[in-house]
Amino acid sequence: MFDTSTSSTNLLTEVTEFLWKEADILDRKAYDTWLDLWLTEGLYILPMGDGEDYENQLNLCYDDDKMRRMRIDRFKRGFSISSAPAADTVRTVSRIVIDSVDGDTIKVRAAQQVIEDKFGRQRIWAADVFFTLKKTEDGFLIERKIAKLLNSGGMLNSFSYLF
Amino acid sequence: MSLDTPKFSDLDAMYDVENAKVATEMYEDPALFKEEMDKIFKKTWVFVAHESEFPDKGSFKLSHVGLDPVIVVRDRKGKIHCMVNRCRHRAATVCEVKKGKTSSFQCPYHGWGYGLDGSLRAVPYPEQYGDDFDKSQHGMLKLRTESFEGMVFATFNYDAEPLVDFLGPEVCRYMTLFMKQGGGFPIKVLGEHQFSVPMNWKVQLENTTDAYHFPIVHKSFMQTLDEKTEDLFAFMDKNEGWVEDLGNGHSIMMMMPSREDLDERMDDPIEPRFEWLAEEIRKEGYSEEQVKRIVLAVGGPGFNMNLFPNVSFSLSFFRVLTPVSVDQTDIRHMALGMDGGPQIANQTRLRLHEHFQGPMGFGSPDDAEVWERVQRGTQGGEELKILVNRGMVDEEQGVMGPRGHVSAETGMRAAYGMWKRMMDEGANDV
Repeated sequence: MFDTSTSSTNLLTEVTEFLWKEADILDRKAYDTWLDLWLTEGLYILPMGDGEDYENQLNLCYDDDKMRRMRIDRFKRGFSISSAPAADTVRTVSRIVIDSVDGDTIKVRAAQQVIEDKFGRQRIWAADVFFTLKKTEDGFLIERKIAKLLNSGGMLNSFSYLF
Repeated sequence: MSLDTPKFSDLDAMYDVENAKVATEMYEDPALFKEEMDKIFKKTWVFVAHESEFPDKGSFKLSHVGLDPVIVVRDRKGKIHCMVNRCRHRAATVCEVKKGKTSSFQCPYHGWGYGLDGSLRAVPYPEQYGDDFDKSQHGMLKLRTESFEGMVFATFNYDAEPLVDFLGPEVCRYMTLFMKQGGGFPIKVLGEHQFSVPMNWKVQLENTTDAYHFPIVHKSFMQTLDEKTEDLFAFMDKNEGWVEDLGNGHSIMMMMPSREDLDERMDDPIEPRFEWLAEEIRKEGYSEEQVKRIVLAVGGPGFNMNLFPNVSFSLSFFRVLTPVSVDQTDIRHMALGMDGGPQIANQTRLRLHEHFQGPMGFGSPDDAEVWERVQRGTQGGEELKILVNRGMVDEEQGVMGPRGHVSAETGMRAAYGMWKRMMDEGANDV
């Protein structure tokens, strides 16, 4: 049975396992598997700055199901020079906090650190990541994922992978 | 003549006009970069901000003129000022807030206070400077500022020609046409993507009126468009467009001549891809004429224009370059919307912008990749030249200068011609 307490060790373990699974999928660039982690109505957003009215502000990305699939398709087809090959990434997800549990909806936040390598040049990125997860019979599915990069409203580089 | 005559006094070796060949050092030499900062970025009009970014009295924005960090601000009367972000006492920056509103600027170090026009207003404990200390001689370093169509330019050069003369009549005409994507509302900057690229600034200067790269570099973007839109972007195959030298290093790339002036498209049916949007706008009570105008505006005009040395107009956004070092350049892509226009129209503009632009767009990362590849490539074969001669075969005389095929490198030749003219100025001074 599903334990709904935010302080439940079982729930934290399950959520952590899911977040690590997603991180591993992204580092391996197993993007079709990543798409399967989503609810169709899910939104994947990388905002800029402190604003939270994502629909009415400029973001780095604001992906519904269609945009997510196009993004992955672009990564995979080999015509995008920046992602053929893409930078390699190694990421760590930690400092996982369960903010709330409401029925089968769980809100989680975590720290994500990504090191990318391209042309032998390594760059470091850090993000606060906010998930809204739905507990289903097949495990968790993502309803919303917001990755807020440090300095997201400032000067960045271009990215050939996902956070 | 001074002893440290720059080795770049041989400008013909840097840019060979007749054969349109650029020397490798143009992207690689730190001494040349330094000279460019003095002779170009300290001498000509440089774009610093759009008026909508600091709309109110007392609102300001940080920007750059070449390597110099500046503050662009409106005073209490709404007059625009631009000054170097540096206290006249011991050089600390007086402002590190990127954008905001204030009544004055105060240095955090010893408290010198400046007005919105950069004048020195207050010095704590002034006695130790003596009675003859003249505050009027210690204002922040001011630049000259002029605007056209909401675009604010600044220059260190008080002898520079008026901004509109520098832009020239054709650039001014196209800027006015470009702003029609306000759809009857004032243009407003909705946000900006920023990314830094390990490349010389001129690699970017070449790019905005380079149609030749589009079907190659942006193939993966094209693949995500519907057929009708893809057809709109198939300008390389249609042979309708052109590139034209507009004088003073500026150039235009007309990709979709049918969208030169959006007003002339008012009788066209609404594009199928925007039918849903038109319906949404209608629901808000706009007249059919307004609906059409707004939907056309969302699609944007059909041309890119590059202004020497640091700003360009690209279909539906402003692209601004800031040189950082010989092999590093910061790029900003400013998303534009309609100030007071329907929310759904601005949302659509934002989503279209995110689709192509910025660090995670379907276009910009590929641009950034090839620009960096140019910088990496020029580390070898120093004796080889970079070719910008494409399209010289059938160039004709346009309104202001040569006009060539849509994929001609006419725009690059315009920019390098201006580069040479500016770098040559003062060369014969003793």
